Amino acid sequence: MVYDPFKESSSSRTLSAPPSSADYLKDSLFRFFAYFCALSIIILVAYIVIELGIQAYPAMEKHGLGFITGTTWDTNQGIFSVLPEIWGTVYSSLIALFIGGFFGIGIAIFLTQSFVHAKLELTFRTIIELLAAIPSVVYGLWGIYVLIPLLRPVADWLHETMGWFPLFGTELSGPGLAPAALVLAIMILPTVAAISADAFRRIPYRVKEAAYGMGATKWEVILKVMLPTASSGILAGLVLGFGRALGETMALAMLIGNVNEISISLFAPANTLASLLASTFPEAGQLEIQALMYAALVLLAITFIVNVAGLAVQQYTMRKFEGKK
Amino acid sequence: MTTKSDMGEFIAKAYQPKGPVVLDCQVKNIYYGDFRAVRDTHIPIEKNKVTGFIGPSGCGKSTVLRSMNRMNDLIESFRFDGSIHYHNNDIYNKKIDPVVVRRYIGMVFQLPNPFSMSIYDNVAFGLRLNRFQGDEEEMVVQALKRAAIWDDVKDKLKNSGLSLSGGQQQRLCIARAIATEPDVLLMDEPCSALDPIATRQVEELMIELKQHYSVALVTHNMQQATRVADVTAFLGVDISQGGRTGYLVEMDDTKKVFEDPQQELTQQYVRGEFS
Repeated sequence: MVYDPFKESSSSRTLSAPPSSADYLKDSLFRFFAYFCALSIIILVAYIVIELGIQAYPAMEKHGLGFITGTTWDTNQGIFSVLPEIWGTVYSSLIALFIGGFFGIGIAIFLTQSFVHAKLELTFRTIIELLAAIPSVVYGLWGIYVLIPLLRPVADWLHETMGWFPLFGTELSGPGLAPAALVLAIMILPTVAAISADAFRRIPYRVKEAAYGMGATKWEVILKVMLPTASSGILAGLVLGFGRALGETMALAMLIGNVNEISISLFAPANTLASLLASTFPEAGQLEIQALMYAALVLLAITFIVNVAGLAVQQYTMRKFEGKK
Repeated sequence: MTTKSDMGEFIAKAYQPKGPVVLDCQVKNIYYGDFRAVRDTHIPIEKNKVTGFIGPSGCGKSTVLRSMNRMNDLIESFRFDGSIHYHNNDIYNKKIDPVVVRRYIGMVFQLPNPFSMSIYDNVAFGLRLNRFQGDEEEMVVQALKRAAIWDDVKDKLKNSGLSLSGGQQQRLCIARAIATEPDVLLMDEPCSALDPIATRQVEELMIELKQHYSVALVTHNMQQATRVADVTAFLGVDISQGGRTGYLVEMDDTKKVFEDPQQELTQQYVRGEFS
């Protein structure tokens, strides 16, 4: 029975009653369920990391830290190291983040700051969200058959006229960083745009009103008031987009060229960790599989570091702009 | 005594301003879409005076106030029929950019709305917008002092404006609005979120401000109107045609409106018989 010392001494007309035992039971059950859901995620992540660690352990013992500083992946000699893949992963993702972030935030501003009629806004939004529904392999095919032929004349011209500039230092022979990063940019665009647009929509109307009330032009309102106000949400979108770019596999395996080289040139072929895993796994022997597990662990670590760093920056902007502790 | 429009609607007796008029607001009609929000309201805002707007909820006093610096232009369905003359120009003239109007006619809103930036940057926002060349810090400090919030924030100017309490935020917004010394200041129930002490400070500020500028004040608090307003406009709501259309009932010196109102409706309202 539920303990209720008030019923007796309250006015006899009162309709107030304590929660029933069943109500308390539902309460506990729901709490248990919530804890269970949260805990199962943690357990799953821990299990993945541990399992990967066990599988990768022989390779870790054998290659040590040399695995992430060396530049050779040679199956025949049994030499495995992934610095070019780390470079390719981070470099291609950064370029994609830069391009995708720029356009994603631009689209978010366009969609939320009453540039177009509400109905047109919805149409644009649907189209952009549709981008996220296109399978990775389709992007890969599109990259091979459309983007690379389109890029080639531009790349050739850039290389010929500005070949001294390190970014254009090599010729585009087909697959390479530039097409891979462009496709990545398109793939993360919906994520960045959708999350940034939400951040803009969350800004109370009265903030916009205050900015216009000061006599700011539309450009000043957006740049000086709306952007800083939405910055923590935009950062969250950028971090998620970057995380997606780091882990993207299929389209990259088709477009990046899978060459273990470190080059600053945008047109050079390269490789990424995810693409290495995807393209090497099917024919790998036991030793190579252990090395691949190690590479997967490295990829996981990079993603983890990026997310934690992104969270820290986000917390910082929240404190700075919104005064939240 | 009173006139009627062609449609037989009541039109208030015109108020004869005693001094120079800075903002001559002649509303024929204000519509939101098909909804007629305000009709036949002529309110001249006199220079160096506080003009109070009182009236029951939904009488359109905020709508009229917001029309005075074209804030309502943000609402798509808004339609203004009439004229508001400011220094011999109709601010609703097509050639005039509302952005320019808002730089001269500042506004303080009902709910505090500081920007997500530091307290200092909030106040300096308008100065930077208007390309102020002088000592920015001095102006910021002065504005914060006049808005009666300097003592609360002097040690934390770098903190976010949003870290302040509601009442402090509102005074910060007042500091932001007065930092650029706007020619006319529109205040839309600025004290509704303030405690009595802060309210008194803001009222003192209004009286100080009118030495150099002109203030239009919407208030729900009739005591406030008697304390600070030199002239008071009373707006009523006309529900005869289905909608709720606000209109000017009476405008005169505050003392006259409260002590010897000419209209029955005004009498009832100032006596507190409805609100």
